[in-house]
Amino acid sequence: MTRGRLVWANLMRHKWRTLLTTASVAVAMFLFATLRSFGTTLDSLSQFGAANRMVVRHATAIVFPLQMSYVQRLATVEGVKGVSWANWFGGWYQDPKVFFANFAVDGPSFLALYPEIVVPEEQKQEWLRDRAGAVVGVDLMEKYGWRVGQNVVLNGTIFPGEWQFTIRATYTSKTRAFDQRSFMFHYAYLDERTNHQAQPGWFYLDIANGDDAPRIAATVDGLFKNSNAPTKTMTEQAFQASWMGMFGNVRTLMNAIGLAVVFAILLVTGNAMMMSARERTREVGTLKAIGFSDGTVGLIELAEAGSVALTGTLLGVGAATLLWKNIRVAAIEQFIPGFQVAANTMWISAAIALTLTLVSGLVPALRASRMSVVAALRTVE
Amino acid sequence: MALVEIRDVHKSFQRDTQRIEVFTGLTLDIDDGSFTAVMGPSGSGKSTLLNLIAGLDKPTSGTVQVAGAVVSAMAPGELARWRSRHVGFVFQSFNLLPVLTAYQNVELPLLLTRLTKKERDERVRIALGVVGLEDRMHHYPRQLSGGQEQRTAIARAIVADPTLTMLDEPTGQLDARSSQEVLALLQRLNTEFKKTIIIVTHDAHAAERATTTLHLEKGDLVEKGVVAR
Repeated sequence: MTRGRLVWANLMRHKWRTLLTTASVAVAMFLFATLRSFGTTLDSLSQFGAANRMVVRHATAIVFPLQMSYVQRLATVEGVKGVSWANWFGGWYQDPKVFFANFAVDGPSFLALYPEIVVPEEQKQEWLRDRAGAVVGVDLMEKYGWRVGQNVVLNGTIFPGEWQFTIRATYTSKTRAFDQRSFMFHYAYLDERTNHQAQPGWFYLDIANGDDAPRIAATVDGLFKNSNAPTKTMTEQAFQASWMGMFGNVRTLMNAIGLAVVFAILLVTGNAMMMSARERTREVGTLKAIGFSDGTVGLIELAEAGSVALTGTLLGVGAATLLWKNIRVAAIEQFIPGFQVAANTMWISAAIALTLTLVSGLVPALRASRMSVVAALRTVE
Repeated sequence: MALVEIRDVHKSFQRDTQRIEVFTGLTLDIDDGSFTAVMGPSGSGKSTLLNLIAGLDKPTSGTVQVAGAVVSAMAPGELARWRSRHVGFVFQSFNLLPVLTAYQNVELPLLLTRLTKKERDERVRIALGVVGLEDRMHHYPRQLSGGQEQRTAIARAIVADPTLTMLDEPTGQLDARSSQEVLALLQRLNTEFKKTIIIVTHDAHAAERATTTLHLEKGDLVEKGVVAR
């Protein structure tokens, strides 16, 4: 037998109590890791963006359109290798409440700018040939059971009416930051159906050197400063960050809920450990009478609290990490693609486990170590 | 030769506002290799005396010396180490850890030594053999009778080969037959294995087995009897 066996034996004294306490820590830490991951994933998404890509949007807000005529002028800016454009379509499929991202993009330039989007070459050519064709992420295809060649009708909100598309291609993404749940079709089709009234929502710039981004941004914004649609040009990363900034309060709320859950469990665990320690007061006296030192007796109590806290944390954070790494939940992915537990969440969880150990185990440990042998032996249990 | 030397020991307790004097200048010796029964009415200070000798409690003043070590002057950490080497303690209500088997309970004091697992195993088996519980070593306390539990507790007390084995009312919760078994065992430990045993008891049969009897009354040693064997 070892002292570790003694700790284990004590934990197994009330199996259900230990199991339930550990499970409550696991659930709390699972929730904490999951809720915190909203914030960390948003942070990582705001870091997403290639060094050679910039976004040009309306200076006031992205909801205001730009003008197609800007393309030629943007292409002439020194350091700009290519220009692409897109617009938010905002259509719904079958049910207005069911949402997925759908955009009008300029196919050839968009695909050239985003090599991380992988489209099989044959399908790509099919899509580029069909003006009413669409390229759809594989996750969205799977969700609706769509197949290549199928006609899909989207109901426009910004651009009213029924819009029929033929799925010509599917894409996969090399990065979790670009989701596989988007529906993209040709800007030319949007333009045609709206009698050439469509205007780009934003432009993408392919720049030769990322270091030139500040100069290019200043140049572009200077070009359109006095126009009807002044621009705000930024790196793709800054553009992402401005999107993610919209989640600001949600992120704080999620973190607050996560910490509140952990705090509640801290009280529950502390209570369980105190109960467990009180029930064994006489045994503490016996161990001390045998010759166990005050410190050793205290450490045994602390080790019990630590075992519960660490096991619960490992189970909870481990489950959250594995789950969100391997399973993509549509409801989360469509808003926060690449949702997963960040490495720093694991470190923070480890720190919480340590705190949980100290807070729930320190009082029983100190009580056990400070109690006189005679007083402990006199305790009636 | 005196193994335990108690000199001018005073011990008092504070109960609420009342100060209770248990010993007021107690002086006595207990010989090495003796089987001493401490007797006396309730409240006479028997258990307190045992606790002082075992280093579980400290005198208000005076000295308690065991085998040359001044127990009453030791710091808590030093006292714990000393207890692990020199004292085997048996309680009236056995005080076995219910989550451990008889074997594991007996092994507990050896966790404080530098013995190897094999050496510990040998010692535990010998101790359980001495008390006649080889066939119950993997039973939990709840699976043992009262007498078997107390014999396990005695095995735990002797397994580390302590200088002193002390028992506080060891037969208090046992039936007559179990009591006789336990007392016979203690006598055997004293005569055959030369263990120094101090037992606190109300039981006259227990006292009959002892080589020395100390009679306490209101904290004073009123009688010391030595039986020649």
